[in-house]
Amino acid sequence: MTVNTLKRHLRESIKSLGRNGWMTFASISAVTVTLLLVGVFLVVMLNMNNFAKKIENDVEIRVHIDVTATQQDKEALKAQIDAIPEVKEIKYSSKEEELQNLIKSFGEEGSSFKLFEQDNPLSDVYIVKTAKPTDTMKVAKKIETFKFAHKVKYGQGQVEKLFKTLKVARNIGLGLIIGLLFTAMFLISNTIKITIFARRKEIEIMRLVGATNGFIRWPFFLEGLWLGLLGAVIPITLILFSYYNIYDFLKPKLTNPFIQLLPFSPFAWQIAAILVALGACIGVWGSMVSVRRFLKV
Amino acid sequence: MIEMQDVYKTYPNGVMALSGINVRIKQGEFVYVVGPSGAGKSTFIKMMYREEKPTSGSIMINGVNLAKLKDSKVPLLRRHIGVVFQDFKLLPKLTVYENVAFALEVIEESPKNIKKRVMEVLDLVGLKHKARFYPDELSGGEQQRVSIARSIVNSPKIVIADEPTGNLDPDTSWGIMDLFEEINNRGTTIVMATHNREIVNTIKKRVIAIENGKIVRDEARGEYGYDS
Repeated sequence: MTVNTLKRHLRESIKSLGRNGWMTFASISAVTVTLLLVGVFLVVMLNMNNFAKKIENDVEIRVHIDVTATQQDKEALKAQIDAIPEVKEIKYSSKEEELQNLIKSFGEEGSSFKLFEQDNPLSDVYIVKTAKPTDTMKVAKKIETFKFAHKVKYGQGQVEKLFKTLKVARNIGLGLIIGLLFTAMFLISNTIKITIFARRKEIEIMRLVGATNGFIRWPFFLEGLWLGLLGAVIPITLILFSYYNIYDFLKPKLTNPFIQLLPFSPFAWQIAAILVALGACIGVWGSMVSVRRFLKV
Repeated sequence: MIEMQDVYKTYPNGVMALSGINVRIKQGEFVYVVGPSGAGKSTFIKMMYREEKPTSGSIMINGVNLAKLKDSKVPLLRRHIGVVFQDFKLLPKLTVYENVAFALEVIEESPKNIKKRVMEVLDLVGLKHKARFYPDELSGGEQQRVSIARSIVNSPKIVIADEPTGNLDPDTSWGIMDLFEEINNRGTTIVMATHNREIVNTIKKRVIAIENGKIVRDEARGEYGYDS
């Protein structure tokens, strides 16, 4: 394709946006609303995912070793745990270390536990981490059956609950987004249909004088692309602007190490890129649907 | 050269438009296609620029079988065939110049060549001085000249005309016919469907008469042969 041809296609596609003024406006609005909702949803979802991942990664299995176990028994237990394929990491913590940790975690009041240094009631512990957090429960159950594993503890319950909520939210959101994407696409394909109708005589003549199908299709393809991209402008601006401010506002207030917002850069820019890509896709897709059906090319 | 062999055409609604057409038209010939309405003239014409595909049989144009031509190759075929219609098919928002140039633009001709060729053909059809006019500022005859200019602007070997004088008054029609003769004299094959008895009987050319989807008459310097 020559530069002149490309210029011609660009000119034609832009002219046609103006010619179908109201349909152009309706299509762009539909894309705008869709992408705005998709964008907000993505921001919330990805941040929630981030919280979940942080909590997930903190999950560990604490295997209390039976007090009667000899050094040899401990080694055997360790080997057994290590042999479970899902286990990623295993750390030993003696009962003295455990007590120190306990004292530390109580802060000033912890000093009262110092009495126990003489006769430590705690057990030695293996701290086990699995490669995938979701395997925690399975691995824990297995370890329970081992000899000298006196007690097996892990932060069961909360993570499952979080994931269940997240899954429901994700499904509802996905359904909503797919519906909206189709609506926007449908409107774009209608706009292109009107363009094609308005230009059917021109298309007929193009065919008669030997224009290739590709040549005929290009302006419509571009028009769809413009509709999608123009529809992405407002959502991107709004999301960049509000995320920047929300992040600035909330950052100093979030002290919990698990609940942290994803940093503005690169996160917000990634969202912007996703929205541009989505806008372009529904635009092009909508126009292709019409072109195929009404141009018979 | 155009050669049709055993061409049959049945439309999806069951109408049989052509039933066994055999014809050979040599390069540089001038051929009238006559016959009553609904006899298959239009289908016959449409076959030649591959607007319709034959149900069976073969249509060879300059060595290419249109019956087997892939859809994607049709544009290339059309670049070697000019088509003129009764209703001109001009774009109302483009000037005379732009309407003719359009045919070259869509086949991605260079701007320099476009200008040269368009002015040449506008000169040939006698409308050089009206290049900046819009179609609705022209008479019917002039509009048909523009459409003829467009059909020959990429120097096709064949020009197919479907009742080119159908919308024109007799005086104007003669002018249009002079133009077709001029184009024919330059070696271009002309195939023209027409209902104009006077023209056919005055400017004597080969006449192919089609009735009920069959060629019933094919004479070298024929007559129109119908009453209307």
